[in-house]
Amino acid sequence: LTAVPGLAWADEAAVAEAIKGMVGDMPPESGVTLDLPEIAENGNTVPLSFEVDAPMSGDVYVKDVMVLADGNPSPDVAVFHFTPMSGKAAASTRLRLAGTQNVVAVAQLSDGTAMMGKKQVKVTIGGCGG
Amino acid sequence: MATIRPRVKAPRKASPGEVVEIKTLINHSMESGQRKDKNGDPIPRQIINKFVAAFNGREFFTVDLAPAISANPYLSFYAKVEESGEFTFTWHDDDGSVYEDSKSIEVA
Repeated sequence: LTAVPGLAWADEAAVAEAIKGMVGDMPPESGVTLDLPEIAENGNTVPLSFEVDAPMSGDVYVKDVMVLADGNPSPDVAVFHFTPMSGKAAASTRLRLAGTQNVVAVAQLSDGTAMMGKKQVKVTIGGCGG
Repeated sequence: MATIRPRVKAPRKASPGEVVEIKTLINHSMESGQRKDKNGDPIPRQIINKFVAAFNGREFFTVDLAPAISANPYLSFYAKVEESGEFTFTWHDDDGSVYEDSKSIEVA
């Protein structure tokens, strides 16, 4: 793993800043379940699923889920936008992880409530490209 | 780049109010902008930056993707269906290209 010179890498502070930019205060670490491997042999394609423990009908529903990683060149991974028609605030994708790091998912509900989940993934071969 | 062809798996039938799972995949290199070619020059970023799922013309699930999403981006998600209709899926490329697919579902 070699960093590209001149590029600032993401860290915990960058992730915290992105979270505060989205939801204001740091939300409690609960309500968002992240499913990621504990050890990823290949950082180029790490499976990720998440589910937010909140209803998706009526007045209150999960609007946005932002996924961040604190050890990649940039903390941004993806932002998922849901509606009551989504039925379930859950989704899966695959992401690149440049090395061992924390993956964080922050959910914001339509009433402003925020929740968060966090999981560390140990990466044996980083997804830096090459 | 090879022809870009989206693939979608969605059920053809459901009962009213059912929450169905939809799985999508599209072949795309998701060039991150972080890599260099053999001369040491940076390879420009080119990714799918947005995915939109709609049902009968109403958007119900969208994703903003960053370069940290793997090549050949895979997305699975859910939809609550109340009536028969058509899902449409669109992928937006950094170069302005838009890739589309659609699936019909019978709800009874």
